[in-house]
Amino acid sequence: MTNPSESVIIVVVSRALARLIQLFGIYVIIHGHYSPGGGFQGGALLAAGVLLLRMTEGGRASQSEVSTEAAIPLAAVGALIFAGAGLVTLAFGGHYMDYGAVPVPGVEEPVVRYYGILLVEFGIGLAVMTALVAIFDDMVAPDPYGNAVDAAGDRAGTPPKL
Amino acid sequence: MLLLFTGLLVYATIHLPARGDPEAPMHRKENVVGDPVAGAYFIGNAYRDAATPNMVTVILADYRSVDTLGEVIVVFTAGVCCLLILRRRMYD
Repeated sequence: MTNPSESVIIVVVSRALARLIQLFGIYVIIHGHYSPGGGFQGGALLAAGVLLLRMTEGGRASQSEVSTEAAIPLAAVGALIFAGAGLVTLAFGGHYMDYGAVPVPGVEEPVVRYYGILLVEFGIGLAVMTALVAIFDDMVAPDPYGNAVDAAGDRAGTPPKL
Repeated sequence: MLLLFTGLLVYATIHLPARGDPEAPMHRKENVVGDPVAGAYFIGNAYRDAATPNMVTVILADYRSVDTLGEVIVVFTAGVCCLLILRRRMYD
């Protein structure tokens, strides 16, 4: 668990900067239909915003962004959004990942594919973002006491067993 | 050994078709046995099929989405492996 930075300037600037980075990450995901970008790149930017707060505000204060405990389950949710989109198309009789097979009244098939792509890009972004945060948290939290770190970043205070 | 392999690669590279050559095998609409080539189909039909101007996005998330699903699972597996190897837990 990282400690908060001692400099007020770094904390305040990084708070503002993290929001801009995450906003740009969402833009990269959504605008991937029209410009270079997509789920992987946008997810990496969203994770960069969270990790900036992890490093400046400290691991404990930034748990409200993506908590250490929730990161891997959220990554699973992101991957399941992707795989589930494929299963939905199977249920409507199409091929796996054939978004055009889903009948939406009043919407043409290419537009259904358009929103299918958007949905799976969100799934990719969520999975990449939370997986990167989880890897970071696992790597910076070597606990010499061998205790689990709870959601608030506190350790159970038992001494090491030697 | 390295020089031999480098020479082999250079020899193979100078026989590649020029960049953007419309007569190159991968840019033709049909390959040498007469089957349609995937790349030409993607370029011609990406917007018609998915109403999305970015051709790369259509190929990644629609035509080749199973491949992309595998990439996401690789990233997820990396996260799970880091959790299993690095995160310390109290077992008693």
